[in-house]
Amino acid sequence: MADYSASDLRKGLKIELEGVPFEITEFQFVKPGKGMAMYKCRIRNMITGGTQDRTFREVEKIGKPDIYSRELVYTYKSGENFVFSDPETYEEVEISEEAIGDKKWFLIEEMHVNILFFNGKPIDFDLPVFIEKEIIETEPGFRGDTANNVTKPATLDNGYEIQVPIFINQGDIVRVDTRTGKYADRVSSAGRK
Amino acid sequence: MHLRSRMLSGIRHFFAQRNFLEVETPVRLPCPALETHIDAEPSGDWFLRTSPELHMKRLLAAGFERIFQIGPCFRRGERGERHHPEFTMLEWYRTGTDYLGILDDTKALLAAAGLPERRWEVIPVSEAFLRWAGWDPSQAYDAARFELDLVDKVEPALPRDRAVVLIDYPAEAAALSRRKPDAPHLAERWELYLDGIEIANAYSELTDPEEQRRRFAEAARARAAMGKPVYAVDEAFLAALEAGLPPCGGIALGIDRLVMALAGATSLDVVIPFRE
Repeated sequence: MADYSASDLRKGLKIELEGVPFEITEFQFVKPGKGMAMYKCRIRNMITGGTQDRTFREVEKIGKPDIYSRELVYTYKSGENFVFSDPETYEEVEISEEAIGDKKWFLIEEMHVNILFFNGKPIDFDLPVFIEKEIIETEPGFRGDTANNVTKPATLDNGYEIQVPIFINQGDIVRVDTRTGKYADRVSSAGRK
Repeated sequence: MHLRSRMLSGIRHFFAQRNFLEVETPVRLPCPALETHIDAEPSGDWFLRTSPELHMKRLLAAGFERIFQIGPCFRRGERGERHHPEFTMLEWYRTGTDYLGILDDTKALLAAAGLPERRWEVIPVSEAFLRWAGWDPSQAYDAARFELDLVDKVEPALPRDRAVVLIDYPAEAAALSRRKPDAPHLAERWELYLDGIEIANAYSELTDPEEQRRRFAEAARARAAMGKPVYAVDEAFLAALEAGLPPCGGIALGIDRLVMALAGATSLDVVIPFRE
């Protein structure tokens, strides 16, 4: 696969360095007075999520990673692995619990996700920004407590612990922001479905 | 826009008081200065100037002793927060002085242009690299390492509360400057940084036609090796050096970046009204 020239670099581009895929998250063109053009980049390791700074010189060739994405459906958990399948061919792709990290809390069966593959292996996927989950356990709110920004712990139906406002009750359906893992708003109240 | 206008009048007034002549030299030319890393924008069979340097030195050789010019220059492919392919350059030259005389001019000029009073610190390039990058490029020059460490280690470490002048570059990074007579591994060149941003580049100008011809040839070789267009050597300029260019100092200062520094901005977006 042809390489990139340094002048192809831009924010959002995915590159490969020593066998690891990186995404450029920040990008700056620099050129000291009489020197060569350079590209100062902040790059994010697409497997570990870690970031680092790297400056590329005009004459450098940078690897182009074999990366593509496919929309698959989350179907079930099998042992330590989460299983996704292609809705048309029924082909199954497994991703380990370790590789999925905290995103495992926000997978819901039948959810469509875009899975990113590097060299044919799944490395990451995009979740919807908001998901809806039921609160299965939380202490009742204290009557008369009207202060703003007061929260209390609650547990979702998959065991995930979350802070919710005082007025949320057991059985309520809430929306969770998957980017932060935090409560967003209430969808419906228990008993008023 | 107001700041730029006030600054330009301050600069013109400064030069008028010091008996400098404002000149205009061609913007479109057949032979842009041959420098390894500066690419000219084609204009028909000719090119747009990347700097007025060669023509201004021809004026010095013709007998003008103090000249300045403010005008557009063009550099192909330079685009970023601090670069724009079309920008405004101020250059001035005077005979009978060297890069240190130009440094005195610069301090006085920036005060006249409206730069608030601040401390100046002059740091030799070798010292800056030893302090922030751990090696001395004037002892064992390595172009790739020099350029990377300059932007990754040295420039970010420069003090922001004062004007910083990096001075005495390794001879390999001399560009069109003269070597130091008593230390030929160094070149009489300095660069001014304000808020960590490079604003100006000054030389004791190279006046030796043979040395100049060698440097053009080196730049031509390096450009060919990188697959870049190789511009014809400006023979009229070399003829002027042969006829005799008196000892002189000169400087190129980016007007847009100076406005940026005066405005406390970090991007040219704020100071160039019609960005491409």
